[in-house]
Amino acid sequence: MITAGIDSGAKNVKAVIMKDGRVVGKAMAPAGLDTKAAAENVYNEALSAARIAKKDVRKVFITGAGRKGCDFAQGEVSEVSAAAKGIRFIMPNVRTVIDIGAEEGKAVRLSQDGDVVDYAINEKCAAGAGTFVEAVARALETDVDKMGDLYDRSTKEIDMNAQCAVFAESELVSLIHSQTAKADIARAVLNAIGDRVVSMMRRVGVEKDVAATGGMALNRGFIRAVEKELNITISVPADPQYVGAIGAAVAAAE
Amino acid sequence: MSDGKKEFWRWPESRWTNLEIDWKKGKYITAGIDVGSVSTQGVIMVDGELYCYGNIRTGSNSPDSAINVFNKATEGTGLTLRDIHFTVGTGYGRVNVPFGNRAITEIACHARGANWMYGPAVRTVLDMGGQDCKAIKIDDKGKVVAFLMNDKCAAGTGRGMEVFADLLGVPIEDIGEMSLNVAEEPPPVSSTCVIFAKSEAATLLRAGWPKEKVLAAYCSAMAHRVLSLLEKVNVEREFAITGGIAKNQGVVKRLTKELGLEACEAKWHNKAYAERGFPFDTQIAGAIGAALFGKALAEKARR
Repeated sequence: MITAGIDSGAKNVKAVIMKDGRVVGKAMAPAGLDTKAAAENVYNEALSAARIAKKDVRKVFITGAGRKGCDFAQGEVSEVSAAAKGIRFIMPNVRTVIDIGAEEGKAVRLSQDGDVVDYAINEKCAAGAGTFVEAVARALETDVDKMGDLYDRSTKEIDMNAQCAVFAESELVSLIHSQTAKADIARAVLNAIGDRVVSMMRRVGVEKDVAATGGMALNRGFIRAVEKELNITISVPADPQYVGAIGAAVAAAE
Repeated sequence: MSDGKKEFWRWPESRWTNLEIDWKKGKYITAGIDVGSVSTQGVIMVDGELYCYGNIRTGSNSPDSAINVFNKATEGTGLTLRDIHFTVGTGYGRVNVPFGNRAITEIACHARGANWMYGPAVRTVLDMGGQDCKAIKIDDKGKVVAFLMNDKCAAGTGRGMEVFADLLGVPIEDIGEMSLNVAEEPPPVSSTCVIFAKSEAATLLRAGWPKEKVLAAYCSAMAHRVLSLLEKVNVEREFAITGGIAKNQGVVKRLTKELGLEACEAKWHNKAYAERGFPFDTQIAGAIGAALFGKALAEKARR
């Protein structure tokens, strides 16, 4: 059976094509202004990557913040449920998953069978999400991908009030002016985001195994910060941004 | 940052002197310096009367900002630091006022200043500053009874408003009026976080909303945000607003409407000041409070 899953996120839209329990094609593109058009485009791209014709797809399910207003999907799944299904498909032993995207972060605890037991969402504040790292990377004149390396090179813990992304941006300017090392600033910011996520995780309760998904999972420094704070190990699947879309494709196959 | 581009967030700096006073005849000349995270104010009082003030943007370090505001306030008056008997520092950078004799929290100073500016009937002060927002309950002497503060999030602060001024290319002092220029009140911007609200506003603009409507939606969101803080303190009459956002009628009108309680008119309680048309600047409340504390402390020191 062939199904497709689309994850219409705040920043990027992702699509995967699944055939008989295997991911055979995927694509990702910025959400842009017209999220519906973006969803259709990535879907077509994923289809051609998989060399599969649209008519052969049994069902398309969609998830993500921008899932409303997309009319070619036959069903929709909540983001929490997509994160749960997606991660269990890849890592069947996971009981706690943190999914941190551009504008939203969530922590989900699962039962042994993979059902959602409890979850917490932060959608109100950029200080706990990927957008914050992007803003900081811009201010530090570096790439988002390099923030993890910077974290590793930090030698000093600095005091930073990074509870609000807007305030942090102004504080960054003074830190840069006072010759604070970029690495130390990067660590302070990633620790701050880590703190936010840890408090969400504590609210839902942490059970092993723990996994991270979403774009922020690619950021080693962030993962390290959370691991250290909770004294746990966090697994990150390959292509963590696609986990929500995989979850939607799994739901479509059920 | 500037590269020749107009900076819409830049609000005008100002200063003023009370020409009726000859400071040389003063017994107690005191200074209140309020070094905030976004703006810095300096007030000089001669025997407890407002003599002059300055209002500037805070620079990259607090000691310089304190000195700059003193110079701005005393411009053309001939007053120098040596003529000041007592200086009280307040605000975020209060401990970094190089010529300060004492540091007092901005909560106490805003309470005292609001009491002096708006009059002893004031029981609730809402100070909407550049980087935080406080609801302060006070008694008839201007003493703090209770307070609540949001200093963790830019939503509902002047900094948030500056971000919007830049995004929409509207001078910050025009935002309030413009936001009231809508036929129908739009729903507030749904995002709490300024960063998210910014992307939401950009989407609305692209969808063809006029700037006025987007500003109305943001001012309304800001009013909601502050309202949730006020709801926790049980607002009592009289209700006065201080700080920079007090100048934004777009926020103030929406806030008082939802609260169901009029805010005090921005007018001197001191009749003589009101009649003479002394400028009533809601941003100097903290510095006024500090200068008043300075007077009390100077008197105590001399006794």
